[in-house]
Amino acid sequence: MSKIAIKKIRVGVASCGVAAGADAVLELLRNRALPFTVEETGCLGHCYAEPLVEAVLDNGESVFYRNVKADDRDIDNILALGEKDRFEIPPKRKSKELIKVLALAGKIDPTNFDEYVENGGYAGLKRALSMTPAEVVNEVKLSGLRGRGGGGFPTGTKWSFLAAKDTQEKILICNADEGDPGAFMDRSLMESVPHQVLEGMLIAAYATGATKLFIYCRAEYPMAIKHLKIAIEQIYAHRLNTVGDRVLEIIIKEGAGAFVCGEETALIASLEGQRGTPRFRPPFPTDKGWQGHPSMINNVETFGNVPLILREGAEAFAAIGTEGSKGTKLFALAGDLKNPGLVEVPMGTTLREIVFDIGGADPDKVKAVQTGGPSGGCIPVELFDTPVDYDSLKKLGAIMGSGGMIVIGNDRCMVETARYFLDFTHRESCGKCTFCRVGTTRMFETLERIVAGQGEMSDLAFLEDIGPKIRAGSLCGLGQTAPNPVLATLRFFRHEYEEHVKDHRCEAMQCDAFVDMYLDRAKCIKCKLCIKNCPIGAISDDFAIDNTKCTKCNACKEICPKKTIFRVKKGELL
Amino acid sequence: MNRKYEFLKKIDPETSNLIKGLQAIQGVEGYVSDESISAVADYFSVPVVEVEGVLSFYAQFKRVKPGKHQIAICDGTACHIKGSTQVSEWLTFELGIHPGETDKSGLFSLETVACLGCCSLAPVMSVNGRVYGTLDRKSVVKILKEYENK
Ligand SMILES: Cc1cc2nc3c(=O)[nH]c(=O)nc-3n(C[C@H](O)[C@H](O)[C@H](O)COP(=O)(O)O)c2cc1C
Repeated sequence: MSKIAIKKIRVGVASCGVAAGADAVLELLRNRALPFTVEETGCLGHCYAEPLVEAVLDNGESVFYRNVKADDRDIDNILALGEKDRFEIPPKRKSKELIKVLALAGKIDPTNFDEYVENGGYAGLKRALSMTPAEVVNEVKLSGLRGRGGGGFPTGTKWSFLAAKDTQEKILICNADEGDPGAFMDRSLMESVPHQVLEGMLIAAYATGATKLFIYCRAEYPMAIKHLKIAIEQIYAHRLNTVGDRVLEIIIKEGAGAFVCGEETALIASLEGQRGTPRFRPPFPTDKGWQGHPSMINNVETFGNVPLILREGAEAFAAIGTEGSKGTKLFALAGDLKNPGLVEVPMGTTLREIVFDIGGADPDKVKAVQTGGPSGGCIPVELFDTPVDYDSLKKLGAIMGSGGMIVIGNDRCMVETARYFLDFTHRESCGKCTFCRVGTTRMFETLERIVAGQGEMSDLAFLEDIGPKIRAGSLCGLGQTAPNPVLATLRFFRHEYEEHVKDHRCEAMQCDAFVDMYLDRAKCIKCKLCIKNCPIGAISDDFAIDNTKCTKCNACKEICPKKTIFRVKKGELL
Repeated sequence: MNRKYEFLKKIDPETSNLIKGLQAIQGVEGYVSDESISAVADYFSVPVVEVEGVLSFYAQFKRVKPGKHQIAICDGTACHIKGSTQVSEWLTFELGIHPGETDKSGLFSLETVACLGCCSLAPVMSVNGRVYGTLDRKSVVKILKEYENK
């Protein structure tokens, strides 16, 4: 048997990989004199296994290594194709996923133009250019693609609005603001396959007659910006920005940290260099947008789907998904589960499949999932058979949103979670509409009172009363959806609110106001680590915790080698 | 124009680039000083109050000089669920400053940010832009020590 050799090695160095230490692994590998290349690649979506290294063999197969440490032992193990730390995609996850949009993520070097083209890149653009613009718009309409930025508006229809405009200058904007805390689909796509997003934009520009292309990307994503810039230069060098008789300008603008700038009219204001406050629609951006010109905004993932539709045809795309929601969807899966990461599934996959089969969450330890971030709602585990599509989630008072999906475990408090979201929205409210500005603040203050043990039953009625009013009295989606996390938790987890108010009890032992720290002296080995680590000296030499002093920071609980320190209901075990 | 701010000239002085100009200032100086606000107003031919208006709207802009090492605690949803509040408390204990502040020696500054997009490694924080994941108290203290000696 001839020995199988390594042909090349790929290291995933997207942001998550780097955060886990992939850059150091890459450096160590490159410091070795190796007879093959060591390449950088993007994200495979298996964040829990980062740093992830792929050894491509000369027989065409690959061996993956997970959680690789930047030390010689781990590097030697890979170079020897050792058995240690080998990684395989969990079979359950593999059977549920359908990788279309992310097909090249983690498989190619994001900064290598040729690799993208060799793997089918720009074939979609080529086909589009062989059709008339109207045919391209129609193809996208037929595919049934809906906007992935949260609203779910039919993409082809939006394109036809811009195409119908007969003006000199038309603007195309890619919304890469991804402001939902807990979402990273767009970041991964831009970091790993920037050309795919840009190809989608070029196709859209051809179809709609756009002349100027903007990408509005949040400044917190330096790697995405870097990769997009490199890709744009390559596009210019290959003259792919000439579509029909037009030469297109592609401009990247960095956001400056305001959630509301993801809303399209606010985004346009920000692009114009102003404060990012939304305005009343109509006029819609496709009538009057950036500096008065007709402008169309699509999300990163929406554009990322377009090359597939043009390459494989609308029919193939529409064959995936449900009646009203076609294609696949990316989800950023995080929170209380074993295998957090980026997943891609056909529309209509159930929450149960995503959270348990793909995410590997423990069914006995999960109570809800939050979709759609601060604009969304939480869905209790009893309803996990809900298929994930635009319409089913809406019925539950949640939304698909852009695809952030946070799994909430039994040991988390739902009231505190709602408080967290309102803390976010009341700070991010731009202040233009009174109901949003004052209403979200009142909601937040009420929730603060409840988690601090000063809530009253009338507070619950107040929250239920003001929520719909904020919805009705706000101009943009921020205010219109801000009450969702509160109203949804009140609907599905009302008992937790009542417990906080009536019994001064937080079932999850999370809210500090209702908690004492308790040290089980019977099991204590008197190592004194807790005493040394308490930042405020609340633990005495004989291991008594002074709960009047203690700030419940958990430092002692975390450091205790025997796990003898617990959070218990206030006053119960003293 | 103040020679210090000549780098602005690389940017087209149309008002739609105002935010870009402010980002360039912060990129070079680490924050936006009163002096630089006047320079930006001059360069883009807009009133100072308009620059202040834009500046104060966006969370990214800092008005006080940050420390040598800038720590950003992520308080995105995943990090919050995984205990970012405690990470913040530990940092406050260690450094003696709250988010939004810089320590007396000018070595560290602390801030809370909405989301660093590394949710699957929650809780995370970044120091000078480098992200550190799956934090616990031990690793937080260790990371601080590393930077103290840098
Ligand atoms: C407060 C708020 C924040 C938003 N944030 C984003 C965002 O970060 N990314 C995004 O693509 N869309 C965001 N949207 C939705 C956009 O307004 C818009 O609907 C979307 O970009 C359109 O693209 P699509 O049709 O491809 O989905 C946000 C909307 C609101 C109201």
